[in-house]
Amino acid sequence: MKELVTYLVSGIALGSSFALIGSGFVVVHRVTRVVNFAQGSIAVVGGMLSATLLGGRLPHGVAEPAAVAICGVVGLTVGFLALGRRGTPPLISLIVTLGVSMLISAAIIWLWGQDPVSPPGLDGSATLLGATVERQRLLVVGATVLAFAALALFFSRSYVGKALTASASNPFAARMVGIDVRRMGLLAFALAGMLGGLAGVLVAPTNAVSFYSDLPLALSGFAAAVFGGLVSPLRTLVGGLGLGIAGQLTAGYLNGSYQTEVALLLMLVIMIARSSTFVHEEAK
Amino acid sequence: MLTIDRVSRRFGGVYANQDVTLEVAEGELRGIIGPNGAGKSTLFNLIAGHARPDSGAIRLKGRRIDRLPAHVRARLGIGIVFQGARTFAGMSLLENVMVGAHSRTRAGLVAAAVRPPSQRREERRIKSTAEECLERVGLLEWASRPADGLPLGQQRRLQVARALAGEPRLLLLDEPASGLRARERQDLAQLIRDLARSGVTVLLVEHDVGMVTSLSERITVLDLGRVIADGTPAEVTSDPAVVKAYLGTGADHAAHR
Repeated sequence: MKELVTYLVSGIALGSSFALIGSGFVVVHRVTRVVNFAQGSIAVVGGMLSATLLGGRLPHGVAEPAAVAICGVVGLTVGFLALGRRGTPPLISLIVTLGVSMLISAAIIWLWGQDPVSPPGLDGSATLLGATVERQRLLVVGATVLAFAALALFFSRSYVGKALTASASNPFAARMVGIDVRRMGLLAFALAGMLGGLAGVLVAPTNAVSFYSDLPLALSGFAAAVFGGLVSPLRTLVGGLGLGIAGQLTAGYLNGSYQTEVALLLMLVIMIARSSTFVHEEAK
Repeated sequence: MLTIDRVSRRFGGVYANQDVTLEVAEGELRGIIGPNGAGKSTLFNLIAGHARPDSGAIRLKGRRIDRLPAHVRARLGIGIVFQGARTFAGMSLLENVMVGAHSRTRAGLVAAAVRPPSQRREERRIKSTAEECLERVGLLEWASRPADGLPLGQQRRLQVARALAGEPRLLLLDEPASGLRARERQDLAQLIRDLARSGVTVLLVEHDVGMVTSLSERITVLDLGRVIADGTPAEVTSDPAVVKAYLGTGADHAAHR
C-alpha cells in the first residue's frame, strides 16, 4: 500500500509535467496547426536555467519564475523561425521546430555540458497515507493545478484569450475582424514555451534532466496532447496524469527502463483509438 | 470613400476582375449585381484583403490599401459579412461579437495579460458594445448560447452584429439575403437601410435583384469580370447590356423590376 501511494504520487507529479508540456503542444496547434517539437528541449532548458540561476544565488521563488520567463522568450523565438513568412504550411513549420529542437540540444551541451543537471527543489518530505513522499512532488502537482486554472481563466475570460480562440476557430474570419493571426500564433508559441519551461523547472529537482531528455519529454507531452485530440487542455491534463501513473507503476513493479516504451505504446494506442477524431478535425 | 482604379485579378489565364473601376461616395449604399461568375466575390476579396490585385489600385479615403494585410484593413474600418458560415464555433454569440470589436481595442498584449484597470474598463466597454450590437440584430436574448449549429438566418445576423462591433466605416455584405426566408429578408433590408442612414458606407452584393434595386441609390453591374453598367436602379435595369447579360439567368427578373 505504501509503495503504491509512493508510485501514484510520483506518477501524478511526473504526469503533471507531461500535461504541462502537452498543453503547450495544444496551445500552439490550436492556433497555428503546427506541432511544435521543440517543446521537449524547452523543458530541458527550463530545468537547466533554474539550476544555473539558483547557483548564481538567486533565491527560490525568483530563479524559477525567471527561468520560466526566459523559456517564454525561447518559445517566441522558435515561433518566429517556425512560422516564417505569412502562408508557410504547418508541415514546413513542424520540420523547422524539429531542426530548432536539435539546435537547442546543441546549445544545451555547449552551455551546460552533457551531464544530467538537477537543481535544488523543495527540501524534505511529507507523510501521505503512511507513505513518505518528497515535498517537491507535491509542489509539482500544486503548481500544475494553478497553471491549468490560470490557462483556463486566460482563455475564457481575457480578451486576448478570446482572440486566440477565435484565431483557432476560424483564422479567415479572425483576420477579417482585425486580428493579426500571425501575432496570435507567436503569442501561442511564447505561451507554450512558458508551459514547457515550467514543466522542466518543476520536474528537474526530482528527475535530473540532460540534453537527451528532450525526446522522452516531448513524446510523453505529445502523447498527452494526442489524448486531448490536440485541442483540449483539460483532456491533455487527464492524458498526462494517466501516462505518468502508468509509467511509474511500470517502473515500480516491472522495470524502470520500460518507462519511455510504455509512453510510446500508450501514445500508439491513443492515436489508433482516436484516429477517427483526427480525420474529423482535418475535414473541417 | 472607396476608389477602385482599374483593378485586375487573374486566376490561371482567366480574368476574375478586369479593369474594374468604381467610386463609392461616403455614406452611399451601393449595390453590385451580376450573373454567376461575374467576379463579385473576387472584388470583395480584393477590397477586404483576402486576395491582392495583379494590377490597379484600391484606395480607402485616399489611402492605398491593396497591399495591406486583411487585419490592418479591418482596423481601418472595413467590415465584412460573408455568405457562408464564418462565425467562431466554440464561443458564445456574445463572445463572437466581442471578438468583432477587436479592431477597436488599443491595449497591447502585455496590458491584456496583466489586466490593469484601464484594460478591465475597456473589456467592460466592449461587452456592452457587443450587447448593443446583438440587440440591434435581435439576438440579445440568445447572447450566451454557443454559436455552433446556429440556423442560417441567425448565423447571418450574428455576422452582421460582429461586423457592427468593429464600428466599420465601410461594410461589405456578400449575398446577405441568400437562404433567408421572406420575413428574414425584410428584417435584413430594414437593418441595412438603418445602417446606411447612420452614415455607414455599404457595398451590397446580392443575387436578389429586387432587394438591391429597392435598397441601393446606385448599382454597378459586373459581367465576366468587367463593369458593364453603372447608374441608378432604373437606368441599370433598362440598360440593354444588362438585360443581355442576364438573359437565361433571370432576364425577366432584371428587366421587369
